[in-house]
Amino acid sequence: MASDKFLEEDRWDLVIQPNKSLLNIPWADIWRYRDLWRMFVKRDVITVYKQTILGPIWYVLQPVLTTLVFMLVFGRIAGLSTDGVPQVLFYLSGITIWNYFSESFTNTSKTFIENAQIFGKVYFPRLILPLAKVSSGLIKFLIQLILFLGFWSYFLIATETIQPNAYVLLTPVYVVLMAGLGLGFGIIFTSLTTKYKDLIFLLQFGVQLLMYATPVIYPLSSVPEKYRPFILANPITSIIEGFKYGFLGVGEFPWEHLMYSVCFTAIILWLGVVIFNRTERSFIDTV
Amino acid sequence: MPDTIIQVENLGKLYRVGEIGTGTLSHDINRFWARLRGREDPFSKVGTINDRTKRAEKGEHVWALNDINFEVQQGEVLGIIGKNGAGKSTLLKLLSRVTSPTRGEVRIKGRVASLLEVGTGFHPEMTGRENIYMNGTIMGMRRREVRAKLDDIVDFAGVAKYLDTPAKRYSSGMTVRLGFAIAAFLEPEILIVDEVLAVGDAAFQKKAIGKMQEVSSEGGRTVLFVSHNMSAVQQLCTRALCIENGTLAQIGNVRPTIEYYLKGVNRNIGSREWNFESAPGNDKFKLLKIQVAQDGRSTNTVDINKNIQIKIEYDLSVSGKTVVNGINLYSSQGYCVFANCDWNQRHLNKGTYVRKVEIPAYTLAEGSYSVLFQTIILDPWDVAIHQKEILAFDAIEGQDTNSVRGLYKGPWPGVVRIKLNWSKEVLLSHVQED
Repeated sequence: MASDKFLEEDRWDLVIQPNKSLLNIPWADIWRYRDLWRMFVKRDVITVYKQTILGPIWYVLQPVLTTLVFMLVFGRIAGLSTDGVPQVLFYLSGITIWNYFSESFTNTSKTFIENAQIFGKVYFPRLILPLAKVSSGLIKFLIQLILFLGFWSYFLIATETIQPNAYVLLTPVYVVLMAGLGLGFGIIFTSLTTKYKDLIFLLQFGVQLLMYATPVIYPLSSVPEKYRPFILANPITSIIEGFKYGFLGVGEFPWEHLMYSVCFTAIILWLGVVIFNRTERSFIDTV
Repeated sequence: MPDTIIQVENLGKLYRVGEIGTGTLSHDINRFWARLRGREDPFSKVGTINDRTKRAEKGEHVWALNDINFEVQQGEVLGIIGKNGAGKSTLLKLLSRVTSPTRGEVRIKGRVASLLEVGTGFHPEMTGRENIYMNGTIMGMRRREVRAKLDDIVDFAGVAKYLDTPAKRYSSGMTVRLGFAIAAFLEPEILIVDEVLAVGDAAFQKKAIGKMQEVSSEGGRTVLFVSHNMSAVQQLCTRALCIENGTLAQIGNVRPTIEYYLKGVNRNIGSREWNFESAPGNDKFKLLKIQVAQDGRSTNTVDINKNIQIKIEYDLSVSGKTVVNGINLYSSQGYCVFANCDWNQRHLNKGTYVRKVEIPAYTLAEGSYSVLFQTIILDPWDVAIHQKEILAFDAIEGQDTNSVRGLYKGPWPGVVRIKLNWSKEVLLSHVQED
């Protein structure tokens, strides 16, 4: 009898039930919809390419201009230290990797609001959308990384100002961490904004403020001792410091800082997926 | 015996109505606190059935669907009918997993693709081809499945020439055709179609209905078809279910279900009146009264051989505006018999107005009708009210030897029953002196 019952239930491809478990995350569905993931990435790229005159040139222009401004304001006027590294490389490295985080964060944090209409019409695993945003952000990041590597190679060959080391090989780890943090924070934010819309405003300048709490425009070594714990509590700190340490040979790289960031990312990501998953279910009823 | 492909059991969906989204933070904290202490949610008043004729209380919970049980067999075309707001769309949303049920269970065999609104997910900057892929993958297809069907889709939609044109340059007709073609050709086991046919032109509607029939009878696929168009339901469906106030009122053969539905719709309301506070409209315009009248009396049942009046009374709280009142008359089959507007109310002062429009005798056919009332205030264009089924009445034929049917008592065809003039055509050779 029991086996009959089992067979009976097994015949169905899909059983729709009230969702009770928060941890019931549709991984299998996400895998099944992987082509949609690809299409969303393509869509993001196409939109940027078609809607702007300069298209992907913006990807290059933006970090270059930001670096120039940083060199002028923080380098010349404020006279902040760059740990003895050429200013161009110092700022560009920080901006490149920081941008990937902030793009991932801000783009994924609009998931629900931007897609309310389509979410109301058709089902697909919602997590596909933020994943696609992070993936399409990766393309942009890679272009900017190539830009950075261009400058970097020049300084490496023509001058003796930088001493890269084997820690360069950790770069993929940093990229994954940045993507994970951006995605994690982004999906938590987008889940919360469905209920509390004011958080959107917080987000906009929050990301900007967060940059100043991260050693993007200054080296960690220049932070006064009493503020260090705060800066170190920021999980992005060790990533940016580690990136600069590997490529430029300056800054600090204790493994425990990196481990902290890894754990932090894992927790944020897990929390984000759970909250997102919960919101996804009730979202259409609350907008 | 055919295979059961959808099984719906005790399905229910609870919605919170009234004001949502203001003060939720404090409400949430309150609710959380109540839950911590094991108390009931202080903001819920559960148990109301979904009756849209009553005004929703603030924070009230309503069962948009309750206790729905039915099964669908493979290859069936199931029509889903019901009044606006009865819960049809909620049912479809549950079946297509857009929202999740509050209780109960749905078991499905195969893939579900829904065509809830044509062109969902179309991106204006992407080309037709890219959008086909986009739309197909949104419905859960793999890219290669889409590729295999691409030519069929393009042929059916007739967009071959524009395949590499951005979708923003497509006409709305093209978008509809393409959207329908994608869903129909991607061959999901279950296809959900909601009112899409209302958009396309007649030729396309015919084509689409044909395609749906083909998909179900030859492809063995199951179609759930939601429509207000009873003739389309009758033509297409093998079975129908009718939802009323969130519960399953009737399921079975198409004809009796449609009849049941039509009877329910025509709970006639020949006259409606509101006090100023509850009156429909907006801050400038309030509809205070609307009624069907004949022989100077308000009525639910009119005689088609006499003049029929529709009277409205409204309050205008701005001055100098041009107000356009309009009525559309719908037959019980859901098509619009006529639409008419009053263009002559220019630069009105504020105040209360009574207007009347007359449907002349010998115009309507017998049957049940509903009235859509709308008012637009011009400069700037502002739709003050647009309400379907604001009135409903039966039209019958009284004793009148002058009528269109004369003395004939049998069924009389025709959407309208206009009295035409028949005149004598005199042939010269037959002229006789009187």
